[in-house]
Amino acid sequence: MTVDLSLIPDGGVGWLDASGQHSDIVLSTRIRLARNVENFTFTGRARDGERLRVLTQVREAVSTVPSLRESVLFRLDELPPTDRALLHERHLVSKELAGLDGQHPLRTGAAVFLSDGLGVMVNEEDHLRLQSLRSGFALHEAFAEIDRLDRDLGARVPFSFHHEFGFLTACPTNVGTGMRASVLIHLPGLVLTKEIGRVLAGLQQMGLTYRGLYGEGSEVVGNYFQISNQTTLGRSEEELLDLLVRVVGHVIEREEESRRVLLRDAGYIIEDKLWRAYGTLRYARSLTFDEAMNYLSGVRLAVGLKLITGLSVYTLNKLLIFSQAAHLAHAEGRALTESETSLARARYVRRALEAEAGTVG
Amino acid sequence: MLCDSCRERDAVVHLTQIVDNTVSQLHLCERCAAERGVETSVPQKSPLGDFLAEVHKQVAPVTSDGSRCAFCGTTMADFRTTGRWGCSRCYATFEQGMRELLRRVHGSSRHVGRGYNAPQDEALERTSQIGELKERLRRAIENEQFELAADLRDRIKVLE
Repeated sequence: MTVDLSLIPDGGVGWLDASGQHSDIVLSTRIRLARNVENFTFTGRARDGERLRVLTQVREAVSTVPSLRESVLFRLDELPPTDRALLHERHLVSKELAGLDGQHPLRTGAAVFLSDGLGVMVNEEDHLRLQSLRSGFALHEAFAEIDRLDRDLGARVPFSFHHEFGFLTACPTNVGTGMRASVLIHLPGLVLTKEIGRVLAGLQQMGLTYRGLYGEGSEVVGNYFQISNQTTLGRSEEELLDLLVRVVGHVIEREEESRRVLLRDAGYIIEDKLWRAYGTLRYARSLTFDEAMNYLSGVRLAVGLKLITGLSVYTLNKLLIFSQAAHLAHAEGRALTESETSLARARYVRRALEAEAGTVG
Repeated sequence: MLCDSCRERDAVVHLTQIVDNTVSQLHLCERCAAERGVETSVPQKSPLGDFLAEVHKQVAPVTSDGSRCAFCGTTMADFRTTGRWGCSRCYATFEQGMRELLRRVHGSSRHVGRGYNAPQDEALERTSQIGELKERLRRAIENEQFELAADLRDRIKVLE
């Protein structure tokens, strides 16, 4: 069995379309809820048969949930590694569920239901990880959607819930609301003005945390940060969201302010640096992932500052996803070595920029 | 990528060194890394598990037999290794000390978010029965046992 990504509405990447608020700075908003099905041991300790029974029960419930009626089910445990990597690169499944994190083997019963902007991972660290993914800065909208799904599913499948501790999860850091709300935000201005350290320290004081592009354990690359709530217990979903909205709103203002400062105090240096980034992407013959991310970060900043016009944020978002190793191999229709991947990446980026080159100035 | 030191084996350890304000990258194979005293093995214990277990130990000296969850068999030692509970009942089994552990992690041990009532048994029973039957139906069709499939389909129809 291979994955047919065309089955997923928008290929699962509708969130790339840059339609949301502040989408030049905030790429996407994601909210996930961790839930477990009562009367089963948690995934990590369950036997294969138990995990399959969880999947069967959830699959039955999903078929009558309105927002998931059109969803597509992918059995990760039946997919080759290349296809699992594709789903992971699209941010549709976690590394752990895809069996790619090197710590957890691919589990029997690992699956994901995908619908337009919504997903349910089954047999992740918790039995269920519901997630909602949206373009731009849209925490309340994403929550409204995931909350509806949570109620619909919770009315059909009994979730593990404790009157005092809330929703029970395998890791005690997720117990309570089970909610991790995050925004993927691009902060080159704060990095260049060296303000970022203070901002990140401030986040932690407010009970928030940050990670890299791929969540827990991933490095910060290309100035992309995922800001999310650190704790899940002792504050309601609304309080956690309000805090995040307030703080991220403030971070956006600080980023805009540092971009103004950069232009004012170092205008031509910045302009030169960013055009060089564009030039490299436009003509390089080999690009590593980190290089591509860093130059794309520069070009994205240049578009935000209106130094480069005629290039859409949507194109830049797409490059972020489609210039990753599994996507390049998929496009080439064969496995690629590391150096072949760098060549294919440079070719892909070059063509994408060429397509819009007539208008770039 | 080849190891910077022996130039024979694949580099699997990537070091970033800062010497006199100069950043340099060093790519080593496992053997050369070990020779230079770089720890390459994956730690057996989860740091989070260690931290949480430490907190747990401080606030709830578990009896020497070490309590064990009656539902999933998880012990404190398991939790210490993985940093994960085995099932929802663990929260009751290890309740002594759980509040303090959660307070240390979250600054609070009380859920104030949305409440939840699990669906009634009867409805669940039916849903899970239908689920099982559909799974058997799928297998029957796969194995071309069409008589059995027809029978299963009828039973599903009745339940639905």
